[in-house]
Formats: sequence, C-alpha cells, structure tokens
Amino acid sequence: MELEKAILATITTNSNKVTAGASIFICENKEEMDKVAANLEAILDGISHALSDELYIIVKH
Amino acid sequence: MNEYTYPILFGITIGTIARFIMLKTDYRQYPTYLHGKIIHLALGFIAASLGAVAVPALMEKEFTAVTFLTIAASQFREVRNMERETLTEMDSYELVPRGNTYIEGIAIAFESRNYLVIFTSLLGTLAYLVWNIYVAIVVSVLCYLIIRKYMSGSTLGEIVDIEHAPVTFDGAGLYVDNIYIMNIGLPERQEEILKYGMGFVIKPKTFDVRSSIANLGQRQAILHDISVSLGVFRDSGTPALVPLIKRDLDDGRIGVFILPQNKDLNQAIKVLQSVPVLENAVRMPSEANTQSKE
Repeated sequence: MELEKAILATITTNSNKVTAGASIFICENKEEMDKVAANLEAILDGISHALSDELYIIVKH
Repeated sequence: MNEYTYPILFGITIGTIARFIMLKTDYRQYPTYLHGKIIHLALGFIAASLGAVAVPALMEKEFTAVTFLTIAASQFREVRNMERETLTEMDSYELVPRGNTYIEGIAIAFESRNYLVIFTSLLGTLAYLVWNIYVAIVVSVLCYLIIRKYMSGSTLGEIVDIEHAPVTFDGAGLYVDNIYIMNIGLPERQEEILKYGMGFVIKPKTFDVRSSIANLGQRQAILHDISVSLGVFRDSGTPALVPLIKRDLDDGRIGVFILPQNKDLNQAIKVLQSVPVLENAVRMPSEANTQSKE
C-alpha cells in the first residue's frame, strides 16, 4: 500500500506537545517557528499546516 | 474516370472540409500546432474517403465493402487511444492538470468527429449519385449545420449560478464563503493567498446538477480551464498555492479557490461559465424510476 500523505516534519515551540514521530524542530518563539516552517516547506515541497499556535506540521500531499 | 469519380471526389472534399471545420484551436490549445493538425486532417481525409467509397460500392452490389467500415471503426478507436495516451503523458507536466475525465472527454470527441466525417461524406456522395450535385451541396450544408449544433456540449453557465465570494481565514483554515478549503499554517502564505486568491461559489440550479459538479473530474476541469485562461500563481514545489475546489455537503454548492495571475472578476466569471460540462460527469438521478415524477 502506498501512503498518500505523510507528516515530514513537526515544528513546535512547546516540546511537551510532541515526543516522537517525524523529525521534530523545537523553536524558541513564534517568529523562529514561522521561519523554520517556511524553509522546511520550501525544502520538502510540502504544505505547513497549523494544528495550534505552537504546533506546525509539514505534510506531503 | 467513370460515373462515380465526381461523386467520390465530392464526398471526400466535403468530409475533409468538415473535419477542418471541427478542428479549431481554442483556449485549450489542443491540437496545438501544425503537426497535430496535419495528423487529424489526414485521418479526416481517410474517414471521408471511406464514407465516400461506401455508397458506390453498395450500388455495385459489393456488399462486402461494408466490412471496410469496421476496419475504420477500429482505426478511429486507435485515434482515441492515441489522444488519451498523449494527453495523459503531458498532464503530469501541467501546473494544474486537466485530469483524466477531461482527457477522456477530449479523446472521445476526436473519435466521434471522425465518424461525423464518415456520415457527412457518405450522405454527400449518396445525394450526388441519387439526385445531382446541387442536392448534394444542400445535404452537405445541412450536415455542417447539424455538426456545428452538436459539436459542443453544454457549458457550466447553463446549469449553475456563479457568484464571487470572499476568501477568508479563520485561524489557519482557508474558507471561500463558508466552505472550508484547506489548512494553511504560515502567516506569509496566508498573506499571499489573501493578496492573490479569488473565490467563487457555484450553486447548482437543479438536483441533477449537484452530482455532476461534485464529480472530481469535472472540478479538475474547472480548475484547469480557469488556470489556462487567467494564469496561475504557483510553481512546482509550492503545493500550498494549488487551486482547489471543495464541496459544501449540506447543499451541494462548490467553493472554487483559485490563484489567478490576472484578477479580472468579470473575465473569471465568463471563463467559469464557459467551462464544458464533461459528458462523463453528467448524472441524471431524476431519470431514475425510483424518483417520483414532478
């Protein structure tokens, strides 16, 4: 079976929110998180989705 | 030279001209340039020859000649396969793909137009042989009119109402009117989308239309056509900027989210109205026996 969607990376400012799974990038604040997410989005050709204010995921569609 | 020479020539000419008329290059840019056109004109010529020769063959009591038409049929089915393969191959390089339903529709049109050519030249030759060249010309003109009338199917504007609707964000959720489109996380992307995005709500006029516009192939065709006509604000590797259509499950309306390069509202609505209704997407639930007739 082929996976159609996959979480490629997780970006958060709150390390308590995620523990394992895709690569986790822990950031100091929202600005840094936005920057990292924008870079990862471009690098991975995915879309960054916001699950909450402190948690973004990059998803390959 | 014999009594059939002129009727056959007449039929072939009429058929080839008919194919030429049906072969117009429009905004879909297909068939594109000279080579694509020559292929279809040549096939049209072959189809016209088959149609024209069939009548004299029957008049000479050469009934086996009809089997030639079956060869023609398989030949033109090949045309359909050829078109389908080419277009499918090309589709993966489109920024906004046509989608398989649209491609199938185009391929069917190419096949059926060859049959129309056969009928035109057959009727033209028949009229020439039975009556004379003047009647044949009248018959050919009638064929042209019928072809022109039935060449294009209905368009989206006939079956739906199209309204402009604002593109808004509720948190990370992107909405067109009240229809949820997708989740966009980055504030930077959200700004781009608010700046370049346009939203439309398409309301079905009848119950039948609901399922037709819900068809994913029909939706992709809408996106492709509007992206071709108005340009598209995206590049490879920017999946967040992909135009999308989502459906309101409550009432069957669909929300169209596009990122055009040319933000001309009136033109966008015109383009949406002239999107072809794909025959593979048409559903007629009201024709079912289980539905009560109104």
